[in-house]
Amino acid sequence: MSDLLRVENLWVRFPGHNKTVEAVRGLSFSVGRERVGIVGESGSGKSLTGRAILRLIRPPGIMTADKIEFDGIDLLSQSEKQMRAIRGHRISMVMQDPKYSLNPVVRVGEQIAEAYRVHNKTSKRDAKQRALKMLEAVQIRDPKRVYNTYPHEVSGGMGQRIMIAMMLVPEPDLLIADEPTSALDVTVQMQVLAVMDKLVQEKGMGLIFISHDLNLVASFCDRVIIMYAGRIVETLKASELHNAKHPYTRGLLNSLPRIEKRTDKLMALQRDPAWINEESVDAFA
Amino acid sequence: MPLLETGPEVEPEFAVSVSNLNVYFGEGRDTFQAVKDVSFAAERGDTFGLVGESGSGKSTVLRAIAGLIEDWDGSINVAGQSIGKTRSKDFFKNLQMVFQDPYGSLHPRHTIDRILSEPLLLHGIGDVNNRINKIMDEVGLPHSFRFRFSHQLSGGQRQRVAIARALILEPSIILLDEPTSALDVSVQAEILNLLKDLQAEHKLTYVLVSHNLAVIAHMCSQTAVMNAGEIVEVLNIDKMSALEADHPYTQQLLSASMGYDADKAAAMELL
Repeated sequence: MSDLLRVENLWVRFPGHNKTVEAVRGLSFSVGRERVGIVGESGSGKSLTGRAILRLIRPPGIMTADKIEFDGIDLLSQSEKQMRAIRGHRISMVMQDPKYSLNPVVRVGEQIAEAYRVHNKTSKRDAKQRALKMLEAVQIRDPKRVYNTYPHEVSGGMGQRIMIAMMLVPEPDLLIADEPTSALDVTVQMQVLAVMDKLVQEKGMGLIFISHDLNLVASFCDRVIIMYAGRIVETLKASELHNAKHPYTRGLLNSLPRIEKRTDKLMALQRDPAWINEESVDAFA
Repeated sequence: MPLLETGPEVEPEFAVSVSNLNVYFGEGRDTFQAVKDVSFAAERGDTFGLVGESGSGKSTVLRAIAGLIEDWDGSINVAGQSIGKTRSKDFFKNLQMVFQDPYGSLHPRHTIDRILSEPLLLHGIGDVNNRINKIMDEVGLPHSFRFRFSHQLSGGQRQRVAIARALILEPSIILLDEPTSALDVSVQAEILNLLKDLQAEHKLTYVLVSHNLAVIAHMCSQTAVMNAGEIVEVLNIDKMSALEADHPYTQQLLSASMGYDADKAAAMELL
């Protein structure tokens, strides 16, 4: 499989007065036209990895890498102006919290239409039609009504679906989704996943799915990357997650309560300090 | 003195029972009925679950029991006593609540010591120092945390403080509103284990609200499934573990909780 994105030796550092915090430490991975899940607990560096790909690490944070190549473009050598043409158009990112990602004083429909018009020369009417179609695709029941609402008038779940519609309307080649469904009810979550799934299957979009939910990633993605303390501890085919070898992955799996397999006690995860200094595993397709 | 010994001689079978509960928000034409004709009963020393999606009214039921919502009708029984609109001090000594967000439910300017001593002072209970040390041991917080502020603690540690605060009055009933949904899975496992241990030790009754069916299955023996303010089904957990349910809504919830499946997602309707 040809790589859509290839990242080699990615580091994100935050210099402090006394010591530098290394949030992402030497990550190497690639993404093809497939669904790749990045799983980890809070503070594992998974969200920063997503932001770093789009060069969205703000000072004082420092991002370095040997290589970040997207569809033949070296993202590290792009100017800020060139990056703006890539962000949203070719690589989109769905952020975790829709409340802070939408403009509070612009109707949501107009924001989606704008996302399309910025990257495509088209009429306002055409953009509106596309926005409405996209709202329908993310399972919003009355797209015309929702088009004219403001962000504070919609629920959290609806807001997240609107964000996803906005990110998908320019039809990006790569979508980075940072916990896109954690705020959604399980049934809505299924439908939103189905929308993304369809784009991967039919349009050949690449998807980086950042999540803390191991079971969901195992059932939805093709490949899983497990992060701990800024490094990749293990990478597996999603279908083989239950055969995971690393004690951290095993510990995470065991600490999950299960509907169909009830136990008296959940296994508590025992963290081994040695994991922090282990080499990061390469996760190339 | 432990509370259980001071309780009534003949203990009622149900620690909490609710019948025909309705909860309303707003007035006049804008009235919205968030909870419709809800009835259930939680057995002593047991965990009763309330599961549903956002907006189903599950947290509202808890808040009505705790006395945080005033506009309700129907009947609520706690420890054998019918509860009115106003609650006595004794009521709160016997029933406490743990909230969803450990970041928002602890006073940001109070130390852990102050947070834990306040319930004792309110209820005029002495021996504050020993009680705080003892409760911190029970929930697994090191004593060195006692004079820290909540922002110096991790999410799991904060939730331990919230549990300690609920437990320090030695209640027999604790209402748990999504106690682990803001936590990582490994921390969730620790907190769920802690809750189970405390329940066994103090014979506590829990009413647990969660959107996570796996958490409900792990903790409860019975659960009510709520949708749009109504209980659609009261389900035995053994039945739920076998992935069986009578109501189509519960079936859909169960199937969606088992992970992503393209065919299932396509067949799914919003009930």
